[in-house]
Amino acid sequence: MDPIRFQLNGRPIVVEDIPPTTTVLQYVRSTGATGTKEGCAEGDCGACSVVVLDHDAGGQPRYRAINSCLLFLPMVHGKQVFTVEGLTQDGEPHPVQSALVDRLGSQCGYCTPGVVMSMFEACYRDDLDQDWKVDDQMCGNLCRCTGYRPIREATHAIAGQQPDDSFSAALAATAPSSMALHYEAAGHRYQCPDSWSELWDAMDRAPEARFIVGATDLALTVTKRFQPLTDLISLEALPGMDGIERNESSWTFGAAVKLSDLEAATEQDLPPIARMLRFFASRQIKNRATVGGNLCNASPIGDMAPILMALGATLHLRSRDGTRSVPMDSFFLDYRETAMGPGEVLAMVEVPLPDPAARIGAYKVSKRRELDISAVCAGCFVLLDEGGLVSTIRLAYGGMAATTSRAQATEAALLGQPWTEDSIEAAIPHLDADFVPIDDHRGSAWYRGTVAKNLLRGFFWETQGEPVVGLSDRPSGTVVLREGP
Amino acid sequence: MSKLHEAAPHESGLRHTDGRALYVDDMPMPAGGLVASVLVSPHAHARILRRDATAARAIAGVEAILFADDIPGSNLIGPIVHDEALLADHEVHAVGQSVALVVADSLATCRAASEAIEIDYEPLPAILNVRDAIEAGSFLTEPHCIRRGDPDTALQGAALRLSGEYDNGGQDHFYLETQAALAIPEENGNLKLLSSTQHPSEVQSMAAAVLGLGRNRVTCEVPRMGGAFGGKESQATQYACLAALGAMHTGRAVKLWLNRDQDMLWTGNRHPFHSRYEAGFDAEGRLLAFKVRIWSDGGWSQDLSGPVLDRALFHLDNAYFIPHLEFEGRAARTNLAPNTAFRGFGGPQGMLVVEDALNRAAERLGIDPAEIRRRNYYGDAPRDTTPYGQVITDCRLARIHDELTSSADYRARQEAIDTFNQGSRWVKRALGFGPVKFGISFTASMLNQAGALVLVYADGTVQLNHGGTEMGQGLHSKMLTICSHELGVPSESVRVMHTATDKVPNTSATAASSGSDLNGEAVREACKAIRERLRPIAAGLLGLEGAGDDLDFADGHIGQEGGPSLPFAQVSQEAWLRQISLSATGYYRTPDIAYDRDAGRGKPFHYFAYGSAITEVEVHGLTGEFRVTRVDILHDAGDSLVPTIDIGQVEGGYIQGLGWLTTEELVWDSAGALVTHSPSTYKIPAVGDAPVDFRVALLTDARQQDVIHGSKAVGEPPLMLAISAVTALRQAILAFASPGFDLHFPVPATPEAVLRAVEAARRSGVEATDRSPENGELRSHGSSGHSDNGSAARSASASDESTSSSSPESSAAPPSPTTTTPDTP
Repeated sequence: MDPIRFQLNGRPIVVEDIPPTTTVLQYVRSTGATGTKEGCAEGDCGACSVVVLDHDAGGQPRYRAINSCLLFLPMVHGKQVFTVEGLTQDGEPHPVQSALVDRLGSQCGYCTPGVVMSMFEACYRDDLDQDWKVDDQMCGNLCRCTGYRPIREATHAIAGQQPDDSFSAALAATAPSSMALHYEAAGHRYQCPDSWSELWDAMDRAPEARFIVGATDLALTVTKRFQPLTDLISLEALPGMDGIERNESSWTFGAAVKLSDLEAATEQDLPPIARMLRFFASRQIKNRATVGGNLCNASPIGDMAPILMALGATLHLRSRDGTRSVPMDSFFLDYRETAMGPGEVLAMVEVPLPDPAARIGAYKVSKRRELDISAVCAGCFVLLDEGGLVSTIRLAYGGMAATTSRAQATEAALLGQPWTEDSIEAAIPHLDADFVPIDDHRGSAWYRGTVAKNLLRGFFWETQGEPVVGLSDRPSGTVVLREGP
Repeated sequence: MSKLHEAAPHESGLRHTDGRALYVDDMPMPAGGLVASVLVSPHAHARILRRDATAARAIAGVEAILFADDIPGSNLIGPIVHDEALLADHEVHAVGQSVALVVADSLATCRAASEAIEIDYEPLPAILNVRDAIEAGSFLTEPHCIRRGDPDTALQGAALRLSGEYDNGGQDHFYLETQAALAIPEENGNLKLLSSTQHPSEVQSMAAAVLGLGRNRVTCEVPRMGGAFGGKESQATQYACLAALGAMHTGRAVKLWLNRDQDMLWTGNRHPFHSRYEAGFDAEGRLLAFKVRIWSDGGWSQDLSGPVLDRALFHLDNAYFIPHLEFEGRAARTNLAPNTAFRGFGGPQGMLVVEDALNRAAERLGIDPAEIRRRNYYGDAPRDTTPYGQVITDCRLARIHDELTSSADYRARQEAIDTFNQGSRWVKRALGFGPVKFGISFTASMLNQAGALVLVYADGTVQLNHGGTEMGQGLHSKMLTICSHELGVPSESVRVMHTATDKVPNTSATAASSGSDLNGEAVREACKAIRERLRPIAAGLLGLEGAGDDLDFADGHIGQEGGPSLPFAQVSQEAWLRQISLSATGYYRTPDIAYDRDAGRGKPFHYFAYGSAITEVEVHGLTGEFRVTRVDILHDAGDSLVPTIDIGQVEGGYIQGLGWLTTEELVWDSAGALVTHSPSTYKIPAVGDAPVDFRVALLTDARQQDVIHGSKAVGEPPLMLAISAVTALRQAILAFASPGFDLHFPVPATPEAVLRAVEAARRSGVEATDRSPENGELRSHGSSGHSDNGSAARSASASDESTSSSSPESSAAPPSPTTTTPDTP
């Protein structure tokens, strides 16, 4: 039994006797630091945002804005946590505070502490090189008062400033620390092993334990449904789980790679994945959510699955007995049910390097462009042979059935056909055979079915021309060509 | 130092950004404090057969389980009519209605106790939408009617005659701070309430009634609100009263804070409306006659549905003169949470109807949407009188129109967009123009009063109390500026106090955009009284006896301009020495307003606020997704008290309106429970939904007579500027259609709704190619001067959304489109 140790606004904290599913939000508010607010308890409003000094997939120190309402205390073990109260230094407001005050970026002020913390991450980022990335940085902070113009301007003003201050110094001086932990309190257990052998031992000790990494979905069990999670094993500290590598034939992503790291790593060289991640969720969620978590959750609206399926990814499952591989398109067995057996964990995702001649599209359509759950999500891959006939086609859809799955009848109708508008239009009716879409408040069955067809149309037209620059500013289902048909 | 009419930050800006701004839930809990939760009805309508809390009371940590019988005073609350049981007695009328109050040592204990409470219900039939309520004859109010001229005859003679239906959805307030109250027992059975409310006097008076106490025994204090938007005008009261009940019962402090799901499930929203209209236009697109019937979905109790409906009727004209008209409205009763005030208060719902008629007329007549609006503006007599007989003396619509279309380069952009659309198959762009005229005053005239209490201390520092509440709108910033100006002291030496009923009594809600107008005048009056007491003292000290009237209060000094002066603090000290009172109250009532509801005539508004917006959208024809790419707004805030605050109100109001009209969709299940009860399912605008190119300007040289320092109210009117986005979306959708397509396009315009319309528009193109001449679109507004509703085209449009049930009052109602008999020769 270890205590949880972390630093809160520079002061050491030791936690010994409260349940491990206590959130950082609950904890900091209980200490009287009430700047951090609960606006929704589900990571969808950002009022609870705090910043954690963390390390990215390459081991570089990063400030990460995170939803503290979904962040359990053991997840900050060994780390530095900052809340809005910690930014004022020697009575002087931090530049992000001044930037916001000067532009009247707060009205009621309730979202503001979270806005400040997202801006704080922006202030120390070095990769906010496009306007849309500034929006992406802030899209997890809902504000009901301002209409966002002053918040957007203030964020632009401070993005990447990295002032010469104690926070920059802390960033430079911090080495990755061990997250290994065995914590028990109030009838709860939280194990975070940092070796595979310790993982197998932990699983033997706790055969009923749930695996946890980013907790951006699992935490809702506690924060929204008020059900206990009494036995948890975190996979966050296992060696190799947060690595991103590229060799001559494939990319590999550790299952615990955070989505914001994956987005940065794939932006240049595997844009379909980065494009999906652009619309995936808020910065705060992407700073905790992982590739493996999104897949193992097996939600029919998990946004990574369609594009990974279209790219022909393979999943590597690890157990005490060794490793086995499962093709992405065989991984989902049924609603929230996967091919993983007892004693297995998802260790790695392998994506073969796409043929340079292949055309790949990734689309997500939702009611709101940012921070929303898909109505329909699609990954499309097509390769033509020398005669211009379709030699490989993978069309994977989310939001259309109980699991993400490929449109087999539609694919069959296109295989071996010329890649033309006539072929596409002839194939599209087969989507009705492939799917009986979900019908709910996010979209009617009619909408989902129609959008699924239109996305295939849109993919075809995208392959016919060069998409215009600035596409990231637009909805993912946009088809704008430099030279229109 | 903030000066009148100059840029200034929000008075709490720094505290907002360093986490030290305190809200009700942040207040330190007194020793022994408890928390409360509410057990609510799971049924939309049911009889309560049995209630048993025996098992729940036995749980360790449970301090009280209270039912209706445990209320010492009145169990009935409500802002106007007291028709709402604080705790349901024999019957529940909506999912989420309060049935029992649970008080315990933790929320976890409250949840366990709630599960242990046994309630037996007998479900009863429920009405879950406004159309069903109309059909069933279920209403909260009697009809309110406003008539002028002879609309039936005028319709007969109209060159273009349109009939239609229009539906708008509701809107959750989604204030970031949910409902919260902390009740603290004080000695001698008195009670202090901290409440996140726009209406502390109502919280005070209702809590006193519930507890059976005189109002002097209860105080209500509002530290600040984390947003309200109308949602805390009447609906904070219930939860404050429940906290008060728990505190009086246990003798300990009790906090009641709703989590997001509870707040969204239990509290009411902006009213959905169903409207039916018949409009007649001349060949140039001028409105000749307009017959409209509107019904709001009021939910299960009165709340504010009556005045909301009235304001909708008052805004069916929006900015336009209509010679012949008949407007009638009624609030329907359904088994949903009571719908309530929400920024605009019915005005937006009313305006949507006339804007829909104007859009369709412009499309049919081939007139630019901005131009058809310009032709219909109020103007000189006889085009200067509203439907209810109020004469408009200061119409700024034409001026705003000209300045905005010019600054926004409307015509050139329209041409560029036409060119773009011709070359773009999948994406279409469009502009929408939308003017707003919004009446300022509470339409219940007696509510237009306010008070203030200014305390000057002998060191020259000042405490400012006024009756208005701060919810983010910047009211305190404006009051601070006025007080600082009137006393001539730096704003740093004025402290704005929490709003409290023991400082200013009998206040009205901070609502109806009136906060600055009313409280600002009261603050000025109070400051004036203090000035009058300090002047002779300063004059005496300066040796200027008799010249007191000439002394200025400025820059922290009292004296003659350019001449000798004394520090404000020194004069304050001298006043104390001379036994002169340094505190004063101020009071204001709006003059000359009255409305006769039975006659549908009067002057309900002190004045009107104006504004216009031009919205550019880009619609994606494969998915229905769209972006608002640029917005230009010119808004009339008079001579703005604090322009930076007012710009924030305009921008925020526009985006909030845009959310209501686009992505914010409330969905209930078939049992009457809200499905979209958290931000994962209910989508208010995020940063990416705000236009990157957002150009907001305030009208200059715009002094308003008889309003505090020439300013104008600005809280609500800008929300309706977002209706221009609906016009823009229509135009973009029509760019996918062949000419003559009659588009039915209700709100919210979700991507799904847009795609439905685009798909129908595209099909119209296919069908138009083999359309017979009889159905040609020009035929119907030919020489006879009569026009039908284009029923052939409508049947090809989004027909599943245009179906209507037959009206029980169909003899009086304008015909619905599906029952229209074409009047074509």
